[in-house]
Amino acid sequence: MAEPTMPILEIRSVFKDFMLQGDRIEALSNASLKVPRGQFVCLIGASGCGKSTLLRILAGFETATRGDVLMWGKPIAGPGPDRGMVFQDYALFPWLTVRQNIGFGPASRGLGKAEVKDTVAKFLDLVGLSRFADAYPHQLSGGMKQRVAIARVLANDAQMVLMDEPFGALDAMTRERLQDELLDIWQRTKLTVIFVTHSIEEAIFLADRIVVMTPGPGRIDSDVAVSLQRPRDVSAPDFNEVRRLLSRKLHSHHGRKAA
Amino acid sequence: MSESVAAPLAPSRDLTSSNLLRRARAALVAIAFPAAVLLAWHVSTHGQKQGLIPPPSDVAVMLWDLAFGGINDDAFSATLGVHVFASLSRVFGGFALAALVAIPLGLVIGRVAAVRQLLDPTIQLLRPVPVTAWLPLAMIIFGLGPRSAFFLVFLGAFYPILLNTVFGVRSVDPKLFEAASMLGCDGGAQFRKVVLPAALPSVFTGLRLGLGFSWVVIVVGEMTGVQTGLGAIIMEARQLSRTEVVICGMLVIGIAGFLSDRAVLWINRRLLAWSPGHG
Repeated sequence: MAEPTMPILEIRSVFKDFMLQGDRIEALSNASLKVPRGQFVCLIGASGCGKSTLLRILAGFETATRGDVLMWGKPIAGPGPDRGMVFQDYALFPWLTVRQNIGFGPASRGLGKAEVKDTVAKFLDLVGLSRFADAYPHQLSGGMKQRVAIARVLANDAQMVLMDEPFGALDAMTRERLQDELLDIWQRTKLTVIFVTHSIEEAIFLADRIVVMTPGPGRIDSDVAVSLQRPRDVSAPDFNEVRRLLSRKLHSHHGRKAA
Repeated sequence: MSESVAAPLAPSRDLTSSNLLRRARAALVAIAFPAAVLLAWHVSTHGQKQGLIPPPSDVAVMLWDLAFGGINDDAFSATLGVHVFASLSRVFGGFALAALVAIPLGLVIGRVAAVRQLLDPTIQLLRPVPVTAWLPLAMIIFGLGPRSAFFLVFLGAFYPILLNTVFGVRSVDPKLFEAASMLGCDGGAQFRKVVLPAALPSVFTGLRLGLGFSWVVIVVGEMTGVQTGLGAIIMEARQLSRTEVVICGMLVIGIAGFLSDRAVLWINRRLLAWSPGHG
């Protein structure tokens, strides 16, 4: 159906304005990006650079003021199961068990009971939470909650996973483990991942490609391919080289605009 | 049920001897104050021939006679059941009707801006009017008698249920709507699968408050022109200077109110095991 070269995601000259107390704020200015299927893209930048806004436009929670956002060549119109968002604060349904949370999407799509059950079991296993299937979210640790959120999106057959600083609220050890698990899942499922972070190290550890964004107005500053071999070693010299390059790109704008 | 779910994560509440001891101590502490009050009451009233306040032993005897008869054999003997039943049916009738009206109305007000704009100012204006101030008007509209009492209970329970339901609907985390719509759940399904369960803890808070108010209001409602009910018996006993009957009526209302609150709490626990604040 789709040509082999067609990108899963194409963003063409997207602008987004907000009104804030009568003032027009340009949150996103002339952003363009093409993402081939299966790529792991990190959006990085200081707060106010529009990275979360861009992600929310991709999710369909916001609409662009101008410009086109296309998935498989078709405009994105509202939220849909083909794109799954993983929120920083999980946004799990607290009244549903882990099992029911993961089954929420499949059940909403009208799958049969047996099918929902199989799907849930598969993804419970994938994120290693089978033992906690009947627990409620408030009984889980932050890392477990985020695993549920990831499984919930995957169980819904999302082709593109949008992650908004998903590990930002977790402690360092849990964050590292979840990064490893996410990469493992990504490699096994060939998903396309758009991952927002403000950690340079996290971006280099995870991404095929890092899109650097700068604030005032929010725009795409540069697009850096990361070709380090996986699994990556955060203390390797070549890792540090990329780190230095990125931090120069990020910090060169500080003089221009006070944070 | 919630214990077995929590089992793999948190140590379940075990019934070891130290735990039993702790419970016994808690029960003892809880009883200590009422026992002291009872003792003070007994000491200050015992042995006075013409005291205004009867000693606790008189009240206990009266309570027995009120419930089962066979001691005084007067107009009050063995009538407690009738009065309790009358009050209970008005409380739960008015309360049920209030819940039946207030919950759907609250859901709509919370969810639909147009309805909120239409009704909210009126509700906010009427809310500060104490339920007891409605009594004269209620008697004009519904006549002297149990129907006025029923109406007052309805009104007393209505506001807490309505306001808490509205609050519950309004304070659903907007991210949950985003999460639901990204998972393919929209429109009416979203109302059923997100709004309703998310608002449930608040609705239950409203129900508990409403039921508590119902017991406050029923006594006022039954004090004029009603023959049966715990409010009526208190009023009648006051006119006959039967203070021990007055105190009996108060005790029974306290116990009935407490037990009905426990009942709501029990249902609440069963339905809201997921909520750390309620389960």
